[in-house]
Amino acid sequence: MVHIEVNGRATAEEVEDRTLLVHYVRDVLGLTGTNVGCDTTSCGACTVLLDGESVKSCTVLAAQADGHAVTTVEGLGANGELHPVQRAFREQHGLQCGFCTPGMMMASVSLLNENPKPSRDEVRVALEGNLCRCTGYHNIVSAVMDASKQEVEG
Amino acid sequence: MIPAAFTYRRASTVDEALALLAEHGDDAKVLAGGHSLLPLMKLRFAAPEVLIDMAGVADLRYVRLDGDRVRIGALTRYHDLQHDGILLEHARLVAHAAGEVGDPQVRHRGTIGGSVAHADPAADVPAALLASDATLVITGPQGTREVPITEFFLGPFTTSLGADELLTEIVVPSHAGQGWGFEKFTRRAIDWAIVGVAAVGGSVALINMAGTPLRARAVEAALADGASIEDAAAHAAEGTSPVDEAHAGADYRKHLAGVLTARALEQVAGRPPAGLT
Repeated sequence: MVHIEVNGRATAEEVEDRTLLVHYVRDVLGLTGTNVGCDTTSCGACTVLLDGESVKSCTVLAAQADGHAVTTVEGLGANGELHPVQRAFREQHGLQCGFCTPGMMMASVSLLNENPKPSRDEVRVALEGNLCRCTGYHNIVSAVMDASKQEVEG
Repeated sequence: MIPAAFTYRRASTVDEALALLAEHGDDAKVLAGGHSLLPLMKLRFAAPEVLIDMAGVADLRYVRLDGDRVRIGALTRYHDLQHDGILLEHARLVAHAAGEVGDPQVRHRGTIGGSVAHADPAADVPAALLASDATLVITGPQGTREVPITEFFLGPFTTSLGADELLTEIVVPSHAGQGWGFEKFTRRAIDWAIVGVAAVGGSVALINMAGTPLRARAVEAALADGASIEDAAAHAAEGTSPVDEAHAGADYRKHLAGVLTARALEQVAGRPPAGLT
């Protein structure tokens, strides 16, 4: 039995010891906003926050998160309002197919927690663990700049 | 990909972890951040019957200054090392190398002790520690022993750590006041090094040029004899045995070792010494 706070809600479920955190949120809890991309700790599509810090949930056991707090993309908005990072990704068109977007936004939230006013270069470095095959990243960087209330073009 | 079934056990103290290791022996693997072990388990290259999770051992997460040495708890994460004030002043090469590992998500999980004990010859931090003349503190049923890092790595993923022992602390002599350099050639930003070089003062360590991280002794000897950077770096491939595979042939890696060593030595010479920036 693992006890994990997910998006502010206590969850307690019986899982196999080998259950990965990404499968816990997707298959056990039904929170399918978190995607499985490469499944090899490379692409970042499965990024969630663990105790407020970005992690790749395909490389964390649910058991390792036992007693900890997880935030998925479903936990970003509140009361029908988009999170500033979600709003900025929409306004800056920081996506095309959308597959990388949940992970990209969670990595961005983690970055802005640590560095509230990053430069465009710092955004690119901080998102090095998240791959996007559509956008060429330009609009994603713009979205993070917008979310941090800075000039979008640097 | 899902790992083969195993039993998960969580240790909250070093003694608990040692007891679990004694109980399960070779069937168990120690889990720190899990960013080397879990990918191997998902690929079924590793299939331990028992995982002993060390992450709850909070007292192995620290960086402390002890005279002219820095003591680092084995479970200190790359993210913590990268930003640690003591390391930035006294062991800047180690802080920098930690920041070169993987990506932010990986650095939020991966630990210094996990990296050293895993002994991947392509890893960044072990080479930085090798160039820094670190000492490893190993705790087992009989107490603790200290091993110079030069004697720790035996081969790829193979170390002198006993099956009933834990790596608990890494001790790094302060290199405040000495220049340092770090170079890493990768295909993509987050990749392992095809070849890398960690240098501090007159010490040079090579990443991925043999089955273990290794010191470029011929370069160090040339530097000690007053050779120019160019002449010293020309010895970088001496005594190396890099792998020859699709991403880079052995000859290419040997060429890279010389180029990257020269660049790292330029940084050693040109950078403001650690502690002054």
